[in-house]
Amino acid sequence: MRDESLFNALIELADDHSILCHRLGEWCGHAPILEEDLALTNMALDLIGTARGLYARAAEIEGRGRSEDDLAYLRNERQFRNLILVERPNGDFAHTMIRQLFFAAFMEPYWQAALESRDETVRGIAGKAVKEMSYHIRHAGEWVIRLGDGTEESATRAKAAMEALHIYVDELFHSSPAAAAAAGIGMLPDRRGLRAAWNGITAPILARAGLELPQAANPQTGGRAGLHTEDLGHILCEMQYLQRAYPGATW
Amino acid sequence: MTDEMPLWEVFIRPRNGLAHKHVGSVHAADATLALDAARDVYTRRGEGNSIWVVPSAAITASDPEHADETFDPTADKIYRHPTFYEIPEDVGHM
Repeated sequence: MRDESLFNALIELADDHSILCHRLGEWCGHAPILEEDLALTNMALDLIGTARGLYARAAEIEGRGRSEDDLAYLRNERQFRNLILVERPNGDFAHTMIRQLFFAAFMEPYWQAALESRDETVRGIAGKAVKEMSYHIRHAGEWVIRLGDGTEESATRAKAAMEALHIYVDELFHSSPAAAAAAGIGMLPDRRGLRAAWNGITAPILARAGLELPQAANPQTGGRAGLHTEDLGHILCEMQYLQRAYPGATW
Repeated sequence: MTDEMPLWEVFIRPRNGLAHKHVGSVHAADATLALDAARDVYTRRGEGNSIWVVPSAAITASDPEHADETFDPTADKIYRHPTFYEIPEDVGHM
């Protein structure tokens, strides 16, 4: 039972990273400039690296011979446990950058705390991810400042993105029973304690951008229970197509 | 785009102790974003540990039309190369 909780807790985290990776990957070839095309896919590659490590560790704990690919490509929508935030559509550049800032501003302190994990693999993943998340905060943050404090058009779009995405922020700080169990034995950090750190990272950026985080009257959650928005199904259609159409395909 | 996103020349230092070397250019709205863009475009395979970006407009280049008068006069002055000295054995590798 304990192992099942640890497995589920790692899957939640791995799903966050693989779904956001897929979203960033959707920009490949479509970004406004070549420089950002590479920046977005560089960030996507950071995320897939982390997701792979987490899926592999989860599979190892599960001990049923499933591989990281089985976990990423052969589970259904309701079995995905990612945050709703990461499955939100890319929208415009402001949506993508604000979503990235919200996520990275949570994960950077999370991985900092995970450096103390009792699990050696988690410590290893954290050591790499903490630097990657620092860069995602910097890159997304610089853009958020320029979009919020830029032209009338960019400010309007940045405000619209804040309005659309702020309702998914609360879920970052929720702890599922599995995550609570993993935190209880010191394997993963307690998510609930990271709101101050998240505010500490986002507040100065939003202030410079002239953006305000609206109060979420009705925060949206459900990802950890497999209750997703319609968008996740569309992501999985594309992401899992190859393994579903040609099971076991390799190249 | 070039008004809002001018061109920046990118220089990377591969290792401590070596000089920064020109590697290419990026478009960016300002110096901070130019550094990020240079990082994302030119250091994806561990190419270096330091980046400089310089506005391309700040570079004054020699005129290719004046190349003859600028560069050719050095061609016959081989005595400027330090190849005519006997190095004493004791000095070793110089």
